Amino acid sequence: MFSPAGIDALATLNLFWVMLAGAVVIWFALNGLFLYVTRIHVGKMSRRLAEAVIIGGGILFPLVVLSTLLIYSLPMMGHQRAPDDGLRVSITAERWWWRVEYWPDGADAPVVSANELRLPVDQRSELLLTAGEVIHSFWIPALGGKTDMFPGRITRMTLAPSQTGTFRGQCAEFCGLSHALMAIPAVVMEPDAFADWLADQAQPADLSAPGRAVFLREGCGACHTIRGTPAAGRVGPDLTHLGSRTALAAGILPMTADALRAWISNPEAVKPGAEMPAYDHLNDTDMTALAAYLMGLE
Amino acid sequence: MTSDADRGTYPPTEEMLAQPVPAEVAKAQADRLRKVWAQPPGWTYWSAVNNTEVGVWYCLTATFFMLLAGILALLMRVQLAVPENDFLDASRYNQFFTMHGSAMMFLFAVPIFEAISILILPSLLGARDMPFPRLSAYGFWCFVIGGIFVMGSLLFDAAPDAGWFMYPPLATEYGGIGADIWLLGLSFIEVASIAAAVELIVGVLKCRPPGMRVNIMPLYAWYVLVVGGMIVFAFPPLIAGDFLFEMQRSFDWPFFDPERGGDPMLWQHLFWIFGHPEVYIIFLPSIAVTAMIVPTAARRPIVGYSWIVLSAVGTGFLSFGLWVHHMFATGLPAISLGFFSAASEAVVLPTGIQIFAFVATLMVGRVRMIHPMLWIAGALAIFVAGGLTGVMVAIVPFDWQVHDTYFIVAHLHYTIFGGMLFPVIGGIYYFYPIIAKKQLSERLGKWAFWLMFTGFNVTFLPMHLTGMQGMPRRVFTYPGDLGWNWLNMISTVGAFVMAAGILVFVYDLLRPKGKQPDPPRNPWDAGTLEWTHNVPGEAWGIRSIPYVDTRYPLWQQSKMQERIDAGRYYLPDAEEGKRETLVTSVIDAHPLHVQRVTGPAWITIWAAIFTGGAFIFPTFHWYPPAIVSAVLAVACIIYWNWTSTAVIPEKDSKDAGLGLRLPLYVSGPDAVGWWAVWITMLADATAFSSLVFAVFFYWTASAQFPPDGAQFANGGLVAAGTGLVAGSWALTAWARRDAGRGAMAALAAAMLAACAGGAVLFLALWTTDMDPTEHVYPAMMWALVIWVIVHLIAGVVLQGYCLAGLAFGKITRRHDAPLWNSLLFWHFLCLTVLVTGAMIAIAPRLMT
Repeated sequence: MFSPAGIDALATLNLFWVMLAGAVVIWFALNGLFLYVTRIHVGKMSRRLAEAVIIGGGILFPLVVLSTLLIYSLPMMGHQRAPDDGLRVSITAERWWWRVEYWPDGADAPVVSANELRLPVDQRSELLLTAGEVIHSFWIPALGGKTDMFPGRITRMTLAPSQTGTFRGQCAEFCGLSHALMAIPAVVMEPDAFADWLADQAQPADLSAPGRAVFLREGCGACHTIRGTPAAGRVGPDLTHLGSRTALAAGILPMTADALRAWISNPEAVKPGAEMPAYDHLNDTDMTALAAYLMGLE
Repeated sequence: MTSDADRGTYPPTEEMLAQPVPAEVAKAQADRLRKVWAQPPGWTYWSAVNNTEVGVWYCLTATFFMLLAGILALLMRVQLAVPENDFLDASRYNQFFTMHGSAMMFLFAVPIFEAISILILPSLLGARDMPFPRLSAYGFWCFVIGGIFVMGSLLFDAAPDAGWFMYPPLATEYGGIGADIWLLGLSFIEVASIAAAVELIVGVLKCRPPGMRVNIMPLYAWYVLVVGGMIVFAFPPLIAGDFLFEMQRSFDWPFFDPERGGDPMLWQHLFWIFGHPEVYIIFLPSIAVTAMIVPTAARRPIVGYSWIVLSAVGTGFLSFGLWVHHMFATGLPAISLGFFSAASEAVVLPTGIQIFAFVATLMVGRVRMIHPMLWIAGALAIFVAGGLTGVMVAIVPFDWQVHDTYFIVAHLHYTIFGGMLFPVIGGIYYFYPIIAKKQLSERLGKWAFWLMFTGFNVTFLPMHLTGMQGMPRRVFTYPGDLGWNWLNMISTVGAFVMAAGILVFVYDLLRPKGKQPDPPRNPWDAGTLEWTHNVPGEAWGIRSIPYVDTRYPLWQQSKMQERIDAGRYYLPDAEEGKRETLVTSVIDAHPLHVQRVTGPAWITIWAAIFTGGAFIFPTFHWYPPAIVSAVLAVACIIYWNWTSTAVIPEKDSKDAGLGLRLPLYVSGPDAVGWWAVWITMLADATAFSSLVFAVFFYWTASAQFPPDGAQFANGGLVAAGTGLVAGSWALTAWARRDAGRGAMAALAAAMLAACAGGAVLFLALWTTDMDPTEHVYPAMMWALVIWVIVHLIAGVVLQGYCLAGLAFGKITRRHDAPLWNSLLFWHFLCLTVLVTGAMIAIAPRLMT
């Protein structure tokens, strides 16, 4: 929140500084008054003054301050939720990863990805949020506020990044055992770079490495999709361009071959309760091939 | 019924009060009182029901649960001290934070208010005891059993682990038995909480000393009234929610399952309609304690009494209109967010008025910094900080950033420590001489204060930053490269400093003080009635019940103390060997009658054990023992009423002292029991309204309620069923008027009509194909009918009780209180059934 990279986050941070300044003044004034009447001026003051304190401090002052604050802050809500004609992205929170689907203008079918959100800079993109089984909450602190994600319901929010870079987000509504291990990197790109990237992502995978056979033989396709291969499962994340992502296992591990091997051989050790079974029976050759294949899917 | 004319002189004249009581008469009276109020000896001590005993047990038990929940917090802080720690695994951590929140809320914050109030309210009001001592004892034993059951689940690694607000579908679909333990165990405790609230409200309304009009009663009593009222209206929506939730968990009725028309948002609404008033339920009692300490420290009456009362009542009302600020991030429309944001800020006004009224009192007084004031000063520093962050999070865009982060963890602990724990500890230092007839150490008190105050701020102040840097709450671990490490380490260190402070306080509280000399009776020179207590202690509550016409009788009514001690006032004697207290009118505290209160009994413990069984066995899906337990619990409660409260006094009226003759038996609105039924039924009606709210919620939230092609309840049968129930109600009303032979026949017919009515309502759904597991619509219809049938069973039991009372001469035309009370229950029941009939037979047909 302290290094905002989005219009909404910046507005909220400025709002915070204003409120903090007011809060510090009020805190010192009130506690100072208490100290004064109990320790410094221990003697009778006039009753009229005392009643003025009740009415002034308890009614007039908060009435003025709070009305001003509400008038200043409430219109911000509209800005932060207003849809724009930018990109639309559907995000579905699963236990404990993110299904991310991009809907470029006029597309009939989405470009499917997972566990990473990419947005073009300097435009307002709309996020359509939902969840698979339980409630989650979507939050990229550097870009803006959070919105809950419900099974069977779509909630909307918008984000308007103002700087390029990678910003960490994390599920903010307790969603069970591995709630702590459900992060999502948000990569903000220049619009042209974003357009190129999205076009690449829309392509099927075109890689014939030895690991491809291991992947198909082990039945990974029952849960995962790699477009361009027979693997078309929807239970787990789409892996078509896994190698191009910045992190693994919903922002928990770096995108390296070693991390990939550790994950595949025992997901439970990385993320308690994860539904993916352990593939610890794979021999070293197969595992190396599989990791190399997946890393190669860029 | 004695008419006013032959009751005697009231109010008492100064000459009457000035007349001395002969010493030997006074001594004989005191001996008789002492004998009547004596505690049961030896191990039978645990059958005691006095507020002075039950109140102390209640306080200690709640404190014990607080310490356990505090230990959980320390273990969590150890886990979070460093990143990627493996001190606790995810499952343990999730159980711990769930139980920390649940126990602090349900086993400490609410019960400690009720415990302290049961302990001190009678002495504040110059009453001998609470109006229903056995009900307090029953509530306490329920609390012990439920608390041990819920906390005990931690030992079996089976504790609830979905967070203290138990959001479905996480809490409905996942996890083992933990959610059931939470739902059933805490519902059980909530029922006990409502029972205590009913008793406290009746205590304030009907057990004040003669002359103490509502506008001069101690502010603490006002707060008890407001908080009691809030409990009565806030807990029932949660109980209704628990009922729906448990029906889903046990029988797969899809109330919160979006695939079958349910909606997880309904739980969030019901939970927070309870949850937000809950915040004020734990905050206002501490303001109440402060309102007693501040005038004593200032050595003058409170300034702005009416302002404070209006603010307390205002806070109570407002608190029911704020719940959505816990749901700002759920994607509700901006217009409702704006409304709830403004309403949330509005609560600053009454809170501010109360704080400034205390400051004003200190301004006009001559302040003496007695030790409890140190805790009040600390509370102010902490609470104001929590209040100011509260103003921030009520602003929607800011809340979208910090909601569900450590900023909120910091905010809520600032409000709860400042608005609850510090004033409560200050209150314990203040009231300790009354409770224990000893004093706590000021030296240890200062140590405890500074350790806790420093530790608290070191723990929670950095958490604001941790949250703003992106750390969500409820995470069992975090990566080491996000800049959260040192903030978390500081918080952990602070937590242990604070724990040391709490240990010092608990040590001071519990250390043996045998050698300490007796403290003065009124060590702080306070002005209110509780400081007329006896040192060393006496079990009689108060020697004689004074006539009070000032707010600070010890300051403003001369010779109050010596006249009480001499037995110059009301009920100075126990010539019939019965425990008695005085019941007065609601507004003016005009003496109405002498209430015989119940003495020690084991039956309350048995009733609590079997009630516990009825709630605990269903956790394990053991329904037959649960039903047996429920039946035994009802049997125990009937036995307890039959043998104590239904006893007809040996004479019609007695001399209450000061020439006043008062009846020993009243019924209807004059009786405390009737008031208790009224308040209980308000709570019951609130729970039922929550179910009706649920029907309309589903209707507005979904186009599929009722779904296409849905069946409807058989209209003819619904009409017949509600007609039979209405007939049963009319017969009960007639029986109340007659109260003789005819009444017995009427009641017998009413019981048959009620049973038949319930059966016909059941058939109205049973004869259709409405399967409650298929869709939320049939589930909701069945839930309403089950609710009604359970209430009809209770209604028939009450009718049977009255029938038996008439048959065995326990109820006569003069002694007809059970008939009045049962009829009152039936008024509500009849209304419930009529609404249910409309909800199942008419509303769905209009909704499609």
